[in-house]
Formats: sequence, C-alpha cells, structure tokens
Amino acid sequence: MDIHEYQAKELLAGFGVAIPRGGVAYSPEQAVYRASEIGGARWAVKAQIHSGARGKAGGIKLCTNEDEVRQAAKTLLGKRLVTHQTGPEGRTVHRLYIEAAVPIEREIYLGFVLDRKSERVMIVASAQGGMEIEEISERSPDAIIRSVVEPAVGLTAFQAREIAFALGFDAAQVTRAVTALLGCYRAFRDLDATMVEINPLVATADGQLLALDCKMTFDDNALFRRPNVSELRDYAEEDPRESQAAEYGINYVALDGEIGCIVNGAGLAMGTMDLIKHAGSSPANFLDVGGGASPEKVCNAFRLVLADAKVKAILVNIFAGINRCDWVAQGVVNAVKELKPAVPLVVRLAGTNVEEGRRILKESGLDLATADTLTEAAEKVVAALKATGGTAALGGQGEVGGGNGKP
Amino acid sequence: MSIFADRSTRLLVQGITGREGSFHTRQMLEYGTSVVAGVTPGKGGQTFEGAVPVFNTVDEAVRVTGANASVIYVPPMGAAAAVFEAADAGLPLVVCITEGIPVMHMSRTMPFVRSRGIRLVGPNCPGLISPGARAKIGIIPGNICAPGRVGMVSRSGTLTYEVVNHLTKAGIGQSTCVGIGGDPIIGTNFIDCLRAFQDDPETDAIVMIGEIGGTDEQNAAAFVKEHVTKPVVGFIAGQTAPKGRRMGHAGAIISGSSGTAEEKLAAFEAAGIGIMRRPADVVGLLRSKM
Repeated sequence: MDIHEYQAKELLAGFGVAIPRGGVAYSPEQAVYRASEIGGARWAVKAQIHSGARGKAGGIKLCTNEDEVRQAAKTLLGKRLVTHQTGPEGRTVHRLYIEAAVPIEREIYLGFVLDRKSERVMIVASAQGGMEIEEISERSPDAIIRSVVEPAVGLTAFQAREIAFALGFDAAQVTRAVTALLGCYRAFRDLDATMVEINPLVATADGQLLALDCKMTFDDNALFRRPNVSELRDYAEEDPRESQAAEYGINYVALDGEIGCIVNGAGLAMGTMDLIKHAGSSPANFLDVGGGASPEKVCNAFRLVLADAKVKAILVNIFAGINRCDWVAQGVVNAVKELKPAVPLVVRLAGTNVEEGRRILKESGLDLATADTLTEAAEKVVAALKATGGTAALGGQGEVGGGNGKP
Repeated sequence: MSIFADRSTRLLVQGITGREGSFHTRQMLEYGTSVVAGVTPGKGGQTFEGAVPVFNTVDEAVRVTGANASVIYVPPMGAAAAVFEAADAGLPLVVCITEGIPVMHMSRTMPFVRSRGIRLVGPNCPGLISPGARAKIGIIPGNICAPGRVGMVSRSGTLTYEVVNHLTKAGIGQSTCVGIGGDPIIGTNFIDCLRAFQDDPETDAIVMIGEIGGTDEQNAAAFVKEHVTKPVVGFIAGQTAPKGRRMGHAGAIISGSSGTAEEKLAAFEAAGIGIMRRPADVVGLLRSKM
C-alpha cells in the first residue's frame, strides 16, 4: 500500500526525522490559512497524489504571497496530473500540502528497501539527490552507497555514521543525519514498510537537515496489525474495481485489453494473460480467485470483470488443486443466470472434480463454450471476440504448433 | 530417485489440526507419504485420524518420532515462528506452505535458518512431490503427477499443475516437482534446485517455471550455462504484466525496469535454455532436447 507525501512525513516525524513546517489543504481558502499559519515568505504548494516526479508534471508550485498560494491551489485542485508513474490517464488532485520553502544548500538521496538478495533491509544513499535513483544509478553508479542492516541487531549508530560521513557531511550535520537514518530504519521496521524514500534530504543554509519529499510503501501482508497505517489508505488513488476486489478477497489488477480473465493462482493467471496475447488479443485484467473458491466468490469475480466496459469476452481458466471444479462450475452458472453477460464466455476446467464441473455446465443449457486445454481456451475466446466484431489486434497469429504443442 | 524428499522422509505437520493442515495431511497420507507426527500447541496427546500422534512442541515430536522433515500450515502471523521452531529442533528440511507472511518476519527468520544449514522451501509455495517415492510434502495434487525422470522447479502453484499435467498426459514422468514460492524472500531458490537436479542420477532433464520480479531466473540462467549439463527448458509468466503492479504473488512485481519477462527470457536464451512460449510447449521441447 502507498500513502501520500504528507502522511509519510507525519509518520517519519514521529520517529525523529526533521521535516519543514507544513499542513494539508482541501481548498484554496485552507491553503491560504495554512500558509499564514506556517509563516515566512515562501511556500511550496504541493499536489498530493501517489506518484513521484510531481514537480516535472507541474504539481508543485513555489509561491511568495497569499494570492499566489490561492491561485496555485485553485489551479492544482481537481487537476489531472500525468507522470511516468501514473500512466497516460493520470491522477486527479484532491489534496494539497502547503509547506515552508527552505533555502537548499545540498540535496541527498536516501532510500530504505527490502533487498531480495541479502534478505535484509538495505540503505541506499547518494550525495546526488533530487533526481530519481534510477537516474543516479545510470549517470554515476559509483556514487551510490549501499549498506545492509543485520535484522537481529538493527541499524546501529556506527553504521549510520559511516553512511553520513560517506555522504560528505561535516561533524555537526553527521549527528543530524544519524538521527534521520535511525528514525527511518525504526519507522521501516516498526510499521512494516517495504520502502522508505527521502528524496531529497536537504541541508539548508542555516544548518538544518530536512526531509523535503518522502515516500513510503507498506507490506500488504502486515497491514492488519498496523491499523494506524492501514487507515491512511486513500481509495481515491485506487481503481474502484481493485478496492472492490480486495473486499471480495480476490486479487485483481485492471489492465487495458478486451478479454476479461477469471483464473485461480497468480502464476496461472499471468500465464493465461500471456496466452491471450499469443492468440492475438489482450487481457482486460489480472484476476486470481485464490484457493477454495466458492460459487459465491466466482460470481463476485464475474461482477468485477463485467464492471469493466472494455470487456468484450470472458475466459474462465481453473486448474483445481485445492479448488473444486464443481463449485467453480456452479459459480459460473449462477453468474450467467444472475448477471446475464452480453459477451461470449469460454470456460476451461481441469483438476479436482472436473467431471462433475463439466456436467454442471452441460446440464445448465447455458450458451457458453468449453475447452479442455489452456491453449485451446485462449484461441477459442479470441476467435469468439473476433466473431462479435471485436477489435482484436493482429499479430501473434503466425505461431506454428497450435493445439497441444507437439511438433 | 528424487531430490529433497524420498522414501526415507519422515514428515511432521505443524498446524495439523487446523482446517488446511488437516485437509492436506489426509491427502498426503492417502498419497503414501510417511507422516509420523503432528504439532498443535495445546493438543498434545491427541491422535490425528487415529494414525498420527499430535505433540505440543516440534522438539518433543522429533525426539519421540524421529521426524526428519516438517511442513507448515500455520496461519500467517505464526508461520515465521513455526519456521524458527522447526529450525531450532534441527529438522534438515522445512517446507512452509503459508501465504501472506509479513516480509519483515521472514527477514528476521532467514539468518537463523541459514546459520543452521536448514533447507527451507517456501514460504507461499505448494511444496514438493517425488512421485516415484510416493512422497508428497505440501499441496500439489498427486493424481496429476507420475513417476519419471524430469525435474521441475517453479515459483507458481497452479501454473506448475498446468505444466505437470501436460507432461504426465504425454507419458513423461517426474523425479521431483518443487514449488519454491512467490514471495520476495524464500528459502530455496532456482539455483538450489538446479544444483540438486544436476547431481541427482535419476533426473535427466529440468523444467523451470519463472515469473516477473526479481533476478532469481537471471541468476539461474547464468548457473545453467556454467554448471548444468542436463537439458533445461523454461517458461516465464507475466509477459503481459504492467510495470510497478504486484501480480498476486508478493514477489511478482517489475520494479523500475528490472525483473521483466523480456529480461528473463533473454537470459534463458543466452544460457541455451529452451523457451516455452506456452505451457503446452513443454512436451515437444523436452522431446527435442532429450
């Protein structure tokens, strides 16, 4: 789960990380009020969406008086910001963060990630902050400092000092940098984060060390024991179907193709998407109904898929290990009767109780196609889509082998 | 005959009286696995299905029954602690099926597991099965597997079933199928399995099923090039997955430009691994290479 910049700052400030003065605003009037509350003569009005690179997209405006703050807030609220992280559709700005602008002397990059290789939290730092870490690692890979934290020990002061000195801080700044590093690590560990990023961490002309932009991502598997974090979830930042899916206990990711997929297991769901592509169309979604899928859950999966107006055909692909094909078949029958989908449907069942599942589908008398193998199912659903005059892309059609893949 | 599990496996089930644990213990017993003990704290002294003694602690279960492997069906919050307990009792093989363990739990658990020299498979995996030895540890359906000489290793569950089913239907049996799990931190990776299959005199060829996210497949490809003389074929799931989105498995995410299917397929190609465009291709590709 991602959170907003201002939320990450509040959390990190609670762990001793110094941040500039700031406050949230939902309207131009509130923005002006925040600016006067903060005081000073320069403010940054910052759009709060779950994305980096907001500055480049025009989402951050520097202001020197109240009128400018009001104007900036008016411009930003309700605006759709497009960054390379939001995709072409962008994200609408609903909240602003008004912050005291600070005189920047140096910009540092500081990141905490869970490193898969070392199986530990890794600190990534660079004296060249202000640009994205991918850019830093491309331009000057040698300038990146990496340091792995021993989980049983935690981040120690000496290790934090090593990083701070390597970043070129003087003695007075090192103490502040160590405070920031230790605070970030404790926040990462105690809140079950998977990523904490401060970019930039700035040294100011008056000797402060402040987190100017912050980003935190949290482990979905641990949210249930971190209620103070999970309540920061902003549903406006999510695809409504994905939020609905989470309530159903279904794993769903919206994509931009035309064939709705209902599959069990994450790997098979991805494999099914890939085969649709090979057969000459593209998937409208990733959907994993999980293990032990009841007829009700399968029916809910249909609700999710059919809520997507782009969907022009549906493929159900179940290889039941701990699932039961008869339950899935019953769910398919219920869904078709109840939701009456106006698009072609192909169902492929295999594994536990497959005979019973096929019998239920057959005896239902419903208008649906079945397939024995995944390859056949993918080809059938793409053919059905084309027969309805759908706009399946060309390509992927020239593949030899077909059928069962035997030469 | 197989890797990791064989006829000498004496299995202990952690969480044997739970919903998942009891269901799959029945399945494992039916398949022929030697399940010698179960552990559920507070239920020591009971007997599971009149056949398997239940103990309060892993340590006691091992001392009394001589168990030499454990499978974990404990719910997510207690699963990492269950791995600790199994490792502390000195079990050489621990298979953790549980999905949804907080990754910080695993990060704290792994140094201990590694320091004890224990083979942990998973978490968030379907376990493993050696059909020739009738040894099944986990949830892979026994009826789709057949004894034979092809080794399988996969990050996915159901996609593995898909591929195994093609093999079995074509008359190609398996020495061992291992599901290594879809989490970012897992105990056993592709290379561990490739090495074991390469050293197993009863395995003739290897099938690898990977997916987007991380660099395990790329590292495995480099290992194949250097150290594996047996034919290897592979599939990568997620060629149509968008960047930055988690595809079900906690570890299945393309971060930045790293971990894409293209990158992994290119590594396979460079290592001479036969690339399956579809699960069904496994049969033809293996036949052409064996």
